[in-house]
Amino acid sequence: MASIESLTAFQLDVMKEIGNIGSGNAATALSKMLNKKIDMHVPSVRVVDFEEMMNLVGGPEEIITAVFLRIEGEVPGQMFFILSPEEAESFVKQLTGIDDFSVIDHPDNPMALSALQEIGNILAGSYLSALSDFIGGSLLPSIPLLTIDMAGAILAEGLLEISQVSDHAMVIDTLIDGHEDEGDPIKGHFFLLPDPDSFDHLFDKLGVND
Amino acid sequence: MKTLVDHIVKVGIADLKFAEAPMHLRTSGLGSCVGVVIYDTRLKIAGMAHVMLPDSTSAKKDNINAYKYADTSLPILVQTLLDKGARRHQLKAKIAGGAQMFSFSSTNDMLRVGERNVIAVKEFLEKERIPIVAEDVRGKSGRTIEFSTETLLLNVRTVNQGTQDL
Repeated sequence: MASIESLTAFQLDVMKEIGNIGSGNAATALSKMLNKKIDMHVPSVRVVDFEEMMNLVGGPEEIITAVFLRIEGEVPGQMFFILSPEEAESFVKQLTGIDDFSVIDHPDNPMALSALQEIGNILAGSYLSALSDFIGGSLLPSIPLLTIDMAGAILAEGLLEISQVSDHAMVIDTLIDGHEDEGDPIKGHFFLLPDPDSFDHLFDKLGVND
Repeated sequence: MKTLVDHIVKVGIADLKFAEAPMHLRTSGLGSCVGVVIYDTRLKIAGMAHVMLPDSTSAKKDNINAYKYADTSLPILVQTLLDKGARRHQLKAKIAGGAQMFSFSSTNDMLRVGERNVIAVKEFLEKERIPIVAEDVRGKSGRTIEFSTETLLLNVRTVNQGTQDL
């Protein structure tokens, strides 16, 4: 059985390709939504302990904006779309024109929060639909939920399922980047955290189990 | 001059650490996890656990990280304090955390883990007759906590609900 700690380099590459396909589609969706060029970085696949995972987004105390959803179906797991407060504010401004939204000082703007949730919804949806085409099976996302709080508090929630089996999580991390000459940069992290049991099934399905 | 960082002992996720006066114990970003401080009021030594799950019997493997679960981490916390010379009747506890970060309308146990952590921690402390002198549990906010072995105060910081000393 494939456990998180003992994946082969080839299997990790397969996971990287999954990140590539999913976030490629999501970046396209984002580009259409904002009518801008969006760059996508090559995804990284890391097997990290819980502490390291927090550090990927700046440490457990870092304030982040996260859209979280649970995936059921062929490859159960959790997904996060993470933005820093500045990135979230920039997103809201570009999408809605609201320019006094502040994640920390004025977080009670229903329109802004709704826009963020919707961005998460659309991006996660396009990520997962590309992924389900690739593996030829259905992935059923839960309703995405938006939370703004400390990274540790938010990400630990996504680790609960994994933590019953392992002290490590596989993070498929893709950075999307809307940098251009004028306007604000936009960067977002996609974290895909497959449940420990999903690997075997996924690799069987793709024919790369050894 | 000593900087603040010098005397802070960091407690990670699913971790357990000890400190004596004048050191501070600190753990960051508690969500559904529960931070448990147990200390000897006279000796001014304390241990802080960052508990992630209530019950090790739910573990799906054998060699578990004992610090991850309330039922395995807290007995080690108490025993280590006693080994360091603490007296059982001088032990007190302060706890924080156990929030529900996402409001799924689901009955899935995993999504109520904050509440279950709080219950597991309280049951243990009650069984051991260690009084909980202060608590800030449940709710929807992440917390960072820092315990001073000097003042025996637990500082609880949240993003939107401010900071308080318990």
